[in-house]
Amino acid sequence: MIGADVVEIAPVINDREVFLSVPVRMTLAEMLRDRLDLFGVKLSCEMQVCGVCTVLVDGQPVSSCTYLAADADGRRVSTIEGLAEGEQLHPLQQAFVDHFALQCGFCTPGFIMMAKHLLDRSPDPTRDEVVEYLDGNLCRCTGYAPIVDAVLDAAGRLRAEP
Amino acid sequence: MISPPRLDAVPKVTGKARYAVDVRRRGMLYSALVRSERAHAMLGIIDTSRALRLEGVVAVVTGDDLSPLFPRYGHIIPDHPILALGKVRYMGEPVALVLAEDRYAASDGAELVEVSYQDLPAVMDPEQALAEGAPLLHAQDYGVGDRSFEEAHSEPRSDNVCHRVELSWGNVDQALARADLIVETCTDYPMLYGYAMEPYNALADFEDGYLKVITTAQHPFMVRDDLARVFSLPLSHVRVTSPYVGGGYGTKSYTKVEPLAAVGAWYTGRAVKVEFDATGAMLTTRADSARVTIRSGFDSGGRLLARDVSLTLDTGAYADNGPLVLSKASNRSFGPYRNQNVRVRGRAVYTNTVPSSSYRGFGAPQVSLASELNMDQAAQQLGIDPAQLRRRNLIPPGERHYPGKRPMDADLAADLDLLLEGLGWEAPCQEGQGIGFGVTASDAGAYPVSTAAVKILPDGSVLVSTGSSEMGQGSRTALALIASRELGVPLEQVAIAQSDTHATPYERTSGASRTTTLTGLAIQRACAELLSRLEMAAAEVKGGPLTEIKAAEGMVVGPWGDVSFGEVVRGWFGGNLGELAATGVVRRVGELQELPPFWEIGVSGVKVSIDPDTGQVSLLRLVTVADVGHAIHPEMLKGQDVGAATQGLGAAFFEELVYDGPQLVNPNLVEYRVPRAKDMPPEIVTIVAERGDGVGPYGAKGGGEGTLNPIGGAAAAAVGRAVGRWPDRLPLTPERVWRMLRGEEN
Ligand code: FES
Ligand code: FES
Repeated sequence: MIGADVVEIAPVINDREVFLSVPVRMTLAEMLRDRLDLFGVKLSCEMQVCGVCTVLVDGQPVSSCTYLAADADGRRVSTIEGLAEGEQLHPLQQAFVDHFALQCGFCTPGFIMMAKHLLDRSPDPTRDEVVEYLDGNLCRCTGYAPIVDAVLDAAGRLRAEP
Repeated sequence: MISPPRLDAVPKVTGKARYAVDVRRRGMLYSALVRSERAHAMLGIIDTSRALRLEGVVAVVTGDDLSPLFPRYGHIIPDHPILALGKVRYMGEPVALVLAEDRYAASDGAELVEVSYQDLPAVMDPEQALAEGAPLLHAQDYGVGDRSFEEAHSEPRSDNVCHRVELSWGNVDQALARADLIVETCTDYPMLYGYAMEPYNALADFEDGYLKVITTAQHPFMVRDDLARVFSLPLSHVRVTSPYVGGGYGTKSYTKVEPLAAVGAWYTGRAVKVEFDATGAMLTTRADSARVTIRSGFDSGGRLLARDVSLTLDTGAYADNGPLVLSKASNRSFGPYRNQNVRVRGRAVYTNTVPSSSYRGFGAPQVSLASELNMDQAAQQLGIDPAQLRRRNLIPPGERHYPGKRPMDADLAADLDLLLEGLGWEAPCQEGQGIGFGVTASDAGAYPVSTAAVKILPDGSVLVSTGSSEMGQGSRTALALIASRELGVPLEQVAIAQSDTHATPYERTSGASRTTTLTGLAIQRACAELLSRLEMAAAEVKGGPLTEIKAAEGMVVGPWGDVSFGEVVRGWFGGNLGELAATGVVRRVGELQELPPFWEIGVSGVKVSIDPDTGQVSLLRLVTVADVGHAIHPEMLKGQDVGAATQGLGAAFFEELVYDGPQLVNPNLVEYRVPRAKDMPPEIVTIVAERGDGVGPYGAKGGGEGTLNPIGGAAAAAVGRAVGRWPDRLPLTPERVWRMLRGEEN
């Protein structure tokens, strides 16, 4: 790559504008992990099927394994690292803890970001809607049921928030 | 028991948990592999010159460069070259390692390496590999690795059999001759990929004269042993660390990519990172496919008289854990049934395919499919309810069914009753629906060697140190809970260090469902020792006879009243200094003399419904029973049970690696489909049976694989009952079920 094409970009990552010069071929996941140490963004299939690399770009979920960093220029990127307010977990995070909705945890950031997008759009989803929505995220450990329980519980907690 | 939050939960939900793949070093090199494009060939020239001219490429390592080293690994048979040595044995085998300043230069460089091959005939399945005159994958004698695997042998090979097992007692032929009914079942269990979501990766560096490797390995101590042999280093000079492991399930047992990273570091003198994506991982290790034939003889009352088993595992190009998987598959093939006459003949066969290794259940799922279907078929032919047939034959508690092994430490019939109730077995099924269930008992726990250390620090907090890895199974929490309970120190005051061969005590493995039982015992013993040290220290500091001093429940009580653990430590050392430490050891002596340390029980079942037009199977209900003696953390246990069963359902309905000629056609997660959220049944029932009958802490024994083991057979039986024909292979894809519905061969 060395000496290859690079572009200057200025995305807003977890509410902070950053200025980077990145190779045109760099993926968003590589940028977040290699350049910004945001290791909550995981990689597994690297072909847009497993969902572990899910982040929100301008509020929409994307697979950062196949999204180019250059395309994030000027956009707002949210990762799992931006979710908690200091020590205070986001209700989704707290629900994942309470429902034992993780084991190895490798899939967890992707699920939580996907679920965040669901609850942003649809604060009171049915169980079937949650299942349908999370069908594109793989978890190899839990059998999914506790994840679905956690999302439904988080939806309730969020609705109860003032 | 209540289930406190997992100690690793907050780091994992905030994205702060560090996995091996997240570890970086300043100045480290990235890498990319050149993989074999042939299934079986002699290597010709490897032309690295164009790659080396690419800006950013630092080095290209090939097998030829490894001559100063012991260039192979393998804990049972060291047959696995780090990089191909003169010959390739499967398509996808590592041929050259390109090292570069960034990941893009590494992958571009790999594209520029040119390899020439002289093709050899390939054997792509056991049938071809065992045929007369088949080309040999391995002719040479590699010697023997792990001596605790007693069956390992070393001799030049004249065929492609990697390992053979012959096991028998009683007289099978005689017993079959007097049987009223003989039932033969032959099944094919698919070739699988365990798919841990964190793909194989490792970072290696030579620093201060030590080889340091950070990796996603379940068994860092076994990886250490392989690496020490490669570089002729003392074991003490190899430091292997496993941070949080992003899924293991046995797929990260034993050495995988660590030698690649280490030879890269050795060759360049720099830190080297090897990272695979899921496709790379699928070209690294898979699970054995199996053809199993079971002939059972019964009397007319349904008593099992004899079982004759033959099984063939497709082990792939290198042994890895294949011999042990075969050995376990053999031990698990005759079922948890009283049986005076058993004969098992097993072969693990080398083929020109991705090497196989362990995967959750370890031979049990492969053989249980045939073993449990055989019971169902026998029940049908005898006109006996299949649950009743099993009850008639299940090994009662305390009975030794396998000569020389531990007597049955579980109440299988009681477990079965719990399962059947959960499944609603007695209620009639609707048209197009079916229920299937199964019972298995696996010789689990591996060889009982564990050590653990526990310390009391001057403020009274506790540090537990263990070589057991946290891979999602919850060892971090469960082991800390045991220490907290033993010492009477609140869980918040207990910290735990895991899996660092320089800093944590020896642990054989984190597998075979052994951690809670065996590592747990080591921690319990360390805590007992620590309490007596606290008593001695208190006697010295405070005075009074030892007999009147008792350390328990977070306090040392003596004639002078109560003092806290921290006070004792501070008093003994002075100021705020020091720590008291103790080690607990588990060896194969006493109550652990008899193997296995425990029988891992698998009791699970499913209810399904079938769409007659499409052959699509819908899961209606999954029921699991955990017979674990004592649940240290019930919620995590249930999580293990459902997770294991889900992986079994993957094999039952979706998953299969497919070879077309020399090539694996689906080494990716688009075409290798694993269970998704929508596939799961709406009803999941997890039952925990606690009878305190294990050798572990508080009567615990292992769980975590059990519910997977019978699922394949249970799913096949459920579909079989719904369709009216017994399947003979998995996965039961819609097409296969549709063909079964039409009466075609599957
Ligand atoms: S790594 Fe991006 S979807 Fe799997
Ligand atoms: S928790 Fe391990 S993959 Fe989901």
